[in-house]
Amino acid sequence: MTEEMIIAGFGGQGVLSMGKILAYSGIMQDQEVSWMPSYGPEMRGGTANVTVIISDERISSPILTNFDTAIILNQQSMDKFQNTVKPGGVLLYDPNGILKPPTRTDIKIYTIDGAKLASDMGNPKIFNMIVLGAFMQVKPIVQLENVIRGLKKSLPERHHKLIPLNQDAITMGMKNVVEK
Amino acid sequence: MSEVKLMKGNEAIAEAAILAGADAYFGYPITPQSEVIEYLMVERPEDRTGMVVLQAESEIAAINMVYGAAGTGKKVMTSSSSPGVSLKQEGISYIAGSELPCVIVNVVRGGPGLGTIQPSQADYFQSTKGGGHGDYRLLVLAPASVQEMADFVDLSFELAFKYRNPVMILSDGVIGQMMEKVIMPKQKTRLTNEEIIEQYGDWATTGKPKTRERNIITSLELDPYRQEAHNHKLQAKYKKMEENEVRYEMINCNDADYVIVAYGSSARIAQKTMEMARKKGIKVGIFRLITLFPFPMKEINALADKVKGFLAVEMSAGQMIEDVRLAINGKVPAEHYGRYGGVIHSPEEVLEALEQKIIGG
Repeated sequence: MTEEMIIAGFGGQGVLSMGKILAYSGIMQDQEVSWMPSYGPEMRGGTANVTVIISDERISSPILTNFDTAIILNQQSMDKFQNTVKPGGVLLYDPNGILKPPTRTDIKIYTIDGAKLASDMGNPKIFNMIVLGAFMQVKPIVQLENVIRGLKKSLPERHHKLIPLNQDAITMGMKNVVEK
Repeated sequence: MSEVKLMKGNEAIAEAAILAGADAYFGYPITPQSEVIEYLMVERPEDRTGMVVLQAESEIAAINMVYGAAGTGKKVMTSSSSPGVSLKQEGISYIAGSELPCVIVNVVRGGPGLGTIQPSQADYFQSTKGGGHGDYRLLVLAPASVQEMADFVDLSFELAFKYRNPVMILSDGVIGQMMEKVIMPKQKTRLTNEEIIEQYGDWATTGKPKTRERNIITSLELDPYRQEAHNHKLQAKYKKMEENEVRYEMINCNDADYVIVAYGSSARIAQKTMEMARKKGIKVGIFRLITLFPFPMKEINALADKVKGFLAVEMSAGQMIEDVRLAINGKVPAEHYGRYGGVIHSPEEVLEALEQKIIGG
């Protein structure tokens, strides 16, 4: 199994963190992982993206142009990455702020109302975990228990009290993902 | 089993320096390398091993602090990215001339000038052919994974002290910024001052006892005949490195018709190209350079007897290709491919170049 994905959106949405949590979860499952961010003059409100690869085998290139999955969280990223999804691949996006929805017909398209659900749950910061949950529902390549183990390992002790909230957010995402 | 961690290449280098028992790090922040000094500042190795971490006022100050500390027999490291490494070149030449051990990390970004902060491999000439003035060489190691970023720090210190010569770890923005699994080496204890006197007392400035002459650290020798003799000694040392320290990895070269020569992140990208090519029935192998100096001349020359052509892939306008062509010596065609100025070539682009420039050409 090799899953090559890109997560793209605004800086501040938790794009890089979501990728990091996926990578940690892969490690918890004894898999190979790579996490390659766009870096540079990114800032809150600017664009940010990260390429994450989880594989049972040694990973060759951390730099890719085509992906099994694209998780897209703003219009700029939709314009830029819609066509990088391999035929038969998955595009998951939050329709909030997307004026031009994806037009591809050769891929599977899913939506998650992440921003709205996060706001309903009273904490916009868990947005990325809701989206992560949606992805895990669509492609169960990382297991919830391993995500939680990864969080425990990567978060400093003082933040461990937030893990149940993150778990709720993931569950919320899993329940609310919609196939288009 | 040691704990598996998820780390950026830059963080792995910093942690590995602490674990290698380094005595000091002097540096100055610059993208895409800043995580090295950031990590060290947060980690506070002075509390763990007593290692000194200091942000200098400039890259020039940092390399001269390295020069001074290395002269006392201490294990010292500095890191920067391309424009900062250019600033360090005078100091590097002095350190090489004075025959002192140290480790210099370059997380390369696009140039020339301030260039861009995006990844590049355009500092190959600077790293392997001098960079500073005078006839000197650095031993240059090129990591291609976060694990190698960690592993090459201790190796670099070993080699630096073995040859009393600066060693460069030539990385790039991809390897520095990406996160991968890494298993850290065990903690080495720092040498005590007594141990340093015992091991390096014949050259290091450790305080002069009555039993020996003064150790003088200098790169200045005004008598040209003595300077020439000193140069002969240096050249003999570089020759020894060429004989003993060539490192490389060959992947699927046994049955290969075509070989891609690459190092660092380009070698990783080329491996994807190799997978794609083999699916199409094109037998491609990878010759991955681990040491850039010394360059595996003999090994590539021998490989040229068995294959139809080489593609040198590097994120530059064509630097390593010159050494590849020297090694092949006209036996078979060798062409260059690479995006540069901060653009990273894709595995698909490399495959297209291979098909057009080598297989079709």
